[in-house]
Amino acid sequence: MFKIVEREEMAQGTVIMNEIEAPRIAAKAKPGQFVILKANETGERIPLTISDIDVDKGTITIIYMVVGKSTALFKTLQIGDAFQDVIGPLGKPTHIEKLGNVVCVGGGTGVAVLFPITRGFKNAGNRVISIIGARNKDLLILEEKMKSASTEFHVCTDDGSYGHKGFVTEVLKDVLENNKIDLVVAIGPVPMMKFVSKITKSYNVKTLVSLNPIMIDGTGMCGGCRVVVDGKTQFACVDGPEFDGHQVDFDGLINRLRAYTEDEKKSYNEHCRVFGNK
Amino acid sequence: MAEKSAVKEKIARQPMPEQPADVRRRNFEEVPTGYSEETAVLEAGRCLQCKKPACVTGCPVGVAIPDFIKCIAERDFKAAIQKIWEKNSLPAVCGRVCPQEIQCEGQCIVGKKDAPVAIGNLERFVADLARNSGDGEIPAKAAPTGRKVAVVGSGPSGLTVAGDLLLKGHGVTLFEAFHKTGGVLVYGIPEFRLPKVIVASEVEMLEKIGLKIECNMVVGSIVSIDELFAEGFDAVFIGVGAGLPRFLNIPGEDLIGIYSANEYLTRANLMKGYLFPEYDTPIIRGKNVVVFGAGNVAMDSARTAMRLGAERVRIVYRRSREEMPARAAEIHHAEEEGIEFHLLTAPGRFIGDENGRLVQLEGLKMELGEPDESGRRRPVPIKGSEFVMDCDLAIVSVGAGPNPLLTHSDPQISLNKWGYVVADPETGKTTKKGVWAGGDIVTGSATVILAMGAGRKAADSIHEYLTWGW
Ligand SMILES: Cc1cc2nc3c(=O)[nH]c(=O)nc-3n(C[C@H](O)[C@H](O)[C@H](O)COP(=O)(O)OP(=O)(O)OC[C@H]3O[C@@H](n4cnc5c(N)ncnc54)[C@H](O)[C@@H]3O)c2cc1C
Ligand SMILES: Cc1cc2nc3c(=O)[nH]c(=O)nc-3n(C[C@H](O)[C@H](O)[C@H](O)COP(=O)(O)OP(=O)(O)OC[C@H]3O[C@@H](n4cnc5c(N)ncnc54)[C@H](O)[C@@H]3O)c2cc1C
Ligand code: SF4
Ligand code: SF4
Ligand code: FES
Repeated sequence: MFKIVEREEMAQGTVIMNEIEAPRIAAKAKPGQFVILKANETGERIPLTISDIDVDKGTITIIYMVVGKSTALFKTLQIGDAFQDVIGPLGKPTHIEKLGNVVCVGGGTGVAVLFPITRGFKNAGNRVISIIGARNKDLLILEEKMKSASTEFHVCTDDGSYGHKGFVTEVLKDVLENNKIDLVVAIGPVPMMKFVSKITKSYNVKTLVSLNPIMIDGTGMCGGCRVVVDGKTQFACVDGPEFDGHQVDFDGLINRLRAYTEDEKKSYNEHCRVFGNK
Repeated sequence: MAEKSAVKEKIARQPMPEQPADVRRRNFEEVPTGYSEETAVLEAGRCLQCKKPACVTGCPVGVAIPDFIKCIAERDFKAAIQKIWEKNSLPAVCGRVCPQEIQCEGQCIVGKKDAPVAIGNLERFVADLARNSGDGEIPAKAAPTGRKVAVVGSGPSGLTVAGDLLLKGHGVTLFEAFHKTGGVLVYGIPEFRLPKVIVASEVEMLEKIGLKIECNMVVGSIVSIDELFAEGFDAVFIGVGAGLPRFLNIPGEDLIGIYSANEYLTRANLMKGYLFPEYDTPIIRGKNVVVFGAGNVAMDSARTAMRLGAERVRIVYRRSREEMPARAAEIHHAEEEGIEFHLLTAPGRFIGDENGRLVQLEGLKMELGEPDESGRRRPVPIKGSEFVMDCDLAIVSVGAGPNPLLTHSDPQISLNKWGYVVADPETGKTTKKGVWAGGDIVTGSATVILAMGAGRKAADSIHEYLTWGW
């Protein structure tokens, strides 16, 4: 069992932070890697990125958006409760090195995934320009942490309730116009990553994205997480989750993420009937 | 005496009682329901008790077949199970899944003129009886040696190594990547063919004799082999199976509605997708299902799809009936359950609708041409034979390769050109000191009993090493 030792509700309860006791994983995990969690006997295996680790405490931190049945079930877990299974660290770590100028672009809960990578690049001696965005001010997460991990920091909200009004891509264009950038890391909703990749391609700047296809085992055994990169089939759980944004078939990914829309609804409604829609 | 053998000739092979096909094709309960005591004794009476039993030569682990059958004939069921256990620690599993027709029963003398003695059914009977009566005695254990062995992977090879070494007095910890133990026995082979309580009870038995189990441990990722040695393990056994799915590599394979058999069966079995929404993992339920391949895995996928409510389930296979690698019983059961076989047929491309969902399959007909390297006549496409069939769920079951996650994490472990671990066939020793390997990760996809056989040899060799040195 993997006990929750800290818990926080963010973005008005739509995003949850859990710090979980998992000493073996904490000792090994690197930025960019993820875990698979299963709440209980009947639960589904859900991949979530390791957003932070505390080796001394032997804990890992996950931050997830409540979007369906399983994440709603996770939300019911309180401090002292436990996940039945946590498997990891999975996936290839981000290749962090000193490159010069690195831009980190994050949207929604993608910011949680982006944070350890941002910190990693800064600690490696890069000048890190971060651009994070959310639909509105209340949905923004990890602002302070991201700020402290960045050399230069921008915030955007779609509705202008905070920071720059508009999409992260607008600020990104500005940054690319005025700086010589060596690498862009973009993590967030698939359409955002697709858009960012399109822009950086026209500036010819290498771009890393982190993909989130549906997964089961996370060890390369089922092929469910397959994505097409550079015309070749790759398994995101072992070959990724990070890939060259200029090579990814985003439309294929968007399509495959819709595989269970009907079933997910059924499952979620059943959950809400039992637990109420909190 | 003459009278007795006359009686013997009259007894026909006792059929295995089964759920009727039209009932079982829609449920997940086990298909064969098992022999009664009377039937088992009757069937045991068909064995000629050969002096040089051919059947034993057909069994990869050399179960003392005439001996245990004699015990059944004498109704000494306890003695029968003890006899089997001497060579086979998972008889309830093997009785159900061994390809008996090409192993023990394939060699049985009675089978020359009549149907062979039902060795598998008898083995299953004795094992089930021992488990259900709960008087499966815990085998005697040697005095503790203080040595520790790490077993990676909890499939049949790993479980066998663990069991053998525990009895020899060593400490054993089993590391499994999934949240449940059993390997293919739990994530691959469906409930209706191998009830999961059987696997669980075998594992429980090992825990009773001291096995430590650590699930959720992806070795190679959370801990390396060298780190296992540093943690105090004296030897490591690798039994991680062949779990890398192959695809057809034809256009449209990324449409929604196309699974590898690994994914389909894992969703259904391990995650209990067939009980959705009681269990949270969804699984696509197709109306017109097509399964590619004709091995056990394909049969399991096809029969699972039928149980999940399909209207039609078709097996599409490039070669002809003779080449189908599945157990005879599985093919027979699949046909009874209404699965259609489209032989000498190859997939061409998948066709999707505007939502990216699979709706049709284009295929083409084949004919047998010249023999290939394997001596089998190679199927060649017939020009202009393209056709289209409706298909909203496709399951690709054309074999598996070695999963590189662990094997690539340690360069000292040599791999062959296909990526399987190089291990001595007699001992299971790999090219790295203190590391053994066995089962599908060495041989490629094979059988439960071969994986167990490899486990037994490795356990003997590990024991020797821990006693005398490498
Ligand atoms: C490597 C990786 C890292 C991820 N990291 C994070 C993270 O740090 N924070 C975060 O909020 N989310 C993350 N996700 C996405 C997260 O796994 C899904 O949001 C979650 O599985 C949804 O489950 P659900 O039952 O609550 O929703 P569902 O009702 O099942 O589905 C809602 C949405 O989630 C997608 N989804 C469903 N099942 C899975 C699955 N097994 N794997 C991936 N997506 C799925 C569906 O396509 C759908 O769009 C990550 C995904 C991957 C693959
Ligand atoms: C659907 C299906 C049906 C079959 N039907 C039959 C049949 O009827 N008769 C028959 O004889 N054979 C059958 N087989 C074949 C048989 O099941 C296999 O040959 C046998 O299970 C191989 O055993 P193994 O010990 O090598 O590994 P597996 O059973 O493959 O188990 C390997 C285990 O190792 C774990 N693992 C993998 N990587 C790691 C890692 N890095 N760290 C920790 N753990 C890891 C896996 O999760 C798995 O649990 C079937 C196979 C399948 C897939
Ligand atoms: S282990 Fe398999 S091959 Fe050997 S006797 Fe039993 S059923 Fe036959
Ligand atoms: S070969 Fe057949 S008849 Fe002879 S001992 Fe074996 S099972 Fe009995
Ligand atoms: S999740 Fe199964 S192969 Fe990636």
